[in-house]
Amino acid sequence: MGVSLLRRLGSLAAVLFCVVSITFLLIRLSPGGPFDGERKIPEAIEKQLLAKYKLDGSLWTQYSGYMADLLCGDLRLSTKYRNRSVNEILAQTLPVTLCLGGIAFVLATVGGIWLGTLAAMHQHTWRDVGAMFIALAAISLPSYIIGPVLILVFGLELHWLPVGGWGNWEHIILPAITLAAPAMAAIARLMRGSMVETLQQDFVRTARAKGLRESVVVYRHALRIAVLPVVSYLGPLAAHLLTGSIIVETIFHIPGAGGFFVNSILNRDGFLLGGMVIVYCVMLVLFNLIVDLAYGLLDRRIRG
Amino acid sequence: MADPRAIRRVLRNPAAWASALILGFVVVACVAGPFFLPSSLGEPGQSQYAPPSWEHPFGTDLNGRDQLYRVLTGGRISLLVGLCGAAVSLVIGTTWGLVAGYAGGKTDAWMMRIVDVLYSVPRLIFILIAINAFNAQLQKFASGLGWEWLVQSSRIAILIVTLGVIEWLTMARIVRGQVLSLKSRQFIAAAKVLGQSHAGILFRHLLPNLVGVILIYLTLTIPAVIIDESFLSFLGLGIQAPQASWGSLLADGAGAINPLKSFWWLLVFPAACMSVSLLALNFLGDALRDAFDPHG
Repeated sequence: MGVSLLRRLGSLAAVLFCVVSITFLLIRLSPGGPFDGERKIPEAIEKQLLAKYKLDGSLWTQYSGYMADLLCGDLRLSTKYRNRSVNEILAQTLPVTLCLGGIAFVLATVGGIWLGTLAAMHQHTWRDVGAMFIALAAISLPSYIIGPVLILVFGLELHWLPVGGWGNWEHIILPAITLAAPAMAAIARLMRGSMVETLQQDFVRTARAKGLRESVVVYRHALRIAVLPVVSYLGPLAAHLLTGSIIVETIFHIPGAGGFFVNSILNRDGFLLGGMVIVYCVMLVLFNLIVDLAYGLLDRRIRG
Repeated sequence: MADPRAIRRVLRNPAAWASALILGFVVVACVAGPFFLPSSLGEPGQSQYAPPSWEHPFGTDLNGRDQLYRVLTGGRISLLVGLCGAAVSLVIGTTWGLVAGYAGGKTDAWMMRIVDVLYSVPRLIFILIAINAFNAQLQKFASGLGWEWLVQSSRIAILIVTLGVIEWLTMARIVRGQVLSLKSRQFIAAAKVLGQSHAGILFRHLLPNLVGVILIYLTLTIPAVIIDESFLSFLGLGIQAPQASWGSLLADGAGAINPLKSFWWLLVFPAACMSVSLLALNFLGDALRDAFDPHG
C-alpha cells in the first residue's frame, strides 16, 4: 500500500512537470508578446517591463527561473491585471469555481445513482425506457445548449430564477443543474448497467430468499457492489466538471476562475494561464488518486 | 466481420432507423442547402433582428444576415470538423491499440499507462493553448507555399488535427481489448507459424476483424468532436468570424437573449439543429453498439 502510494505520487509529480513544461513552451513559442497593443511601446520601457515580469534572457533561463519560482509556490505576476499576482487572483476566484463544481458533483453522483438504480429495478418498463431516453439526451447535449435554454425558460419567460450572477442560493440552481446534467446522465446509465448485472447474482437471490424487502435487498446489499463502476468513473467526471465549469461560468456570468482562464489565453497572459493549468491539473490528478484509493478500500471490504 | 444477425437487429430497431433518416436529412440540408439559396443571404442586409417570417424562416441576426443560411453553412463546418477530426482520432487510436495489444508485455503496459495519464489531464485546455499558439505559424507557412485556401481555413485545419489528437483514447482502449482476445485465436497462431510478418498479421488478419468495432466507435466519436469544436467556438477560441459554426452561432445567440428584449430565434434554431444532429448520432451509435455487442 505504502509503496504503491509513493509510486503514484512519483508519477503525479512527473505528469505535473510535463504539463507545466508544455504549457510554458506553448505560451513562450507562440507569436506575439504580452505587451503588444494598439500602440508601440518605447524600447526602453518594454525592456523594463520584460525585466519586471522576468521575461528577458534566453528561453532556458526564463524556463528554469519559472520552475524555481514554482517550487517556492510563487505563481508570479499577471501581465494583464497589472500588479496582481496569480496567487491572489486564484485565491479570489477558485472558491467560487469549487463551490459550483462541488454542488454539481454531489448532484450528479447522488441523482445519477438514484436514477440508475430506479431504472434497473423497473427494467423494461416505461420508467426505465423514459429515464434512459432522457439520460442519452442529456449526455448528447452540451452545456451551452442546456444553459441558455434554461435561462430563456426559467429566467426570462417564467421569472422564477435569476439569469446570472453570484451571491445567494438562487444563483446556484441553474448553473449547477446545467453543469451536472450530462454527468448525472452518464452515471445513471453506468449505474443501471451494473445494477442489472448485480441483481442477477447469487447473493441477491439469497437475500431475497431470506424474505428481505426488495428495497433492503437493492439499497443495502446490491448497491454496495453495483456502485463500483461509478466510483471509478468519478475521476473522469471531475475532469468533465472542471472543463465544463469554464463554459457554465461564462454563460451565467459567474466570477469564477473560468472567465480568467479564457481571458488569459486571449490576452497572452502567460503566467496567469500557467497558474490556472497547474491548479486544474493538480486538482484532477489528486482527485484521481483519491478515487483510486477509495476504490481499493471499497473493493477490499467486499472481498473480506 | 459483420454478423448478419447483428445487422438484422439494427434494421429492426426503429430508433436507429429514425436517427439515420434525420441524420441524412441534416447532412443533405447543410451540404446542398446553401447552393439553392442566394448567397446574398449570408451578406449583411437591411433588416436587423427580424423575427422569423416567410422571407427569413429563421429570422435575421445583428447584421441582417439570414439565420437559416448561417445555420446551414455553420453546420457544414461543424460536420466537416466532426467527421475529419473523428477520422484522425480513428487512425491514431487504432494504430495505438493495435500495436499495444499485439506487442503485449512491457510495451503494452507503457502504452496503456500513457493513455491512463492522458485521461486524467484536462486535454481540451491544451487544445485551447495549442490553437492560439500554432495558428499564426500555420498561416505564415501556408502563405509561404502560396496555398490561399489553407490561409483562410487554417483554424479549421488546426481544429481537425488537434481534436483528433485528443479524442483517440477510448478508441485505443477498445481496439487493444479486441486485439488481446483475437490474438489467442488459432488463425493468428497459424499465420505466425506460416511465417507471416508482423505487419502482415496486423493489417491482413487483425484489422479486418476490428472493422465493426471501429465503425461503431466512430459514430460515437463524431458527436464528441463536434461538441469539442463547438466548445472552443463558443468561447471565441475556435472558428472565427466571418466564418461560423454551430458553436459560434450559439455563442451569438446566448449573447442575444437578455431581460430587455430576447432575440430567441438566434439561440433556438442553432441549438435545435445541433441537438437533433447530436442526438441522432448518439442514438445511432448506441443502437449499433447494442446490436453488435449485446453483452457490453
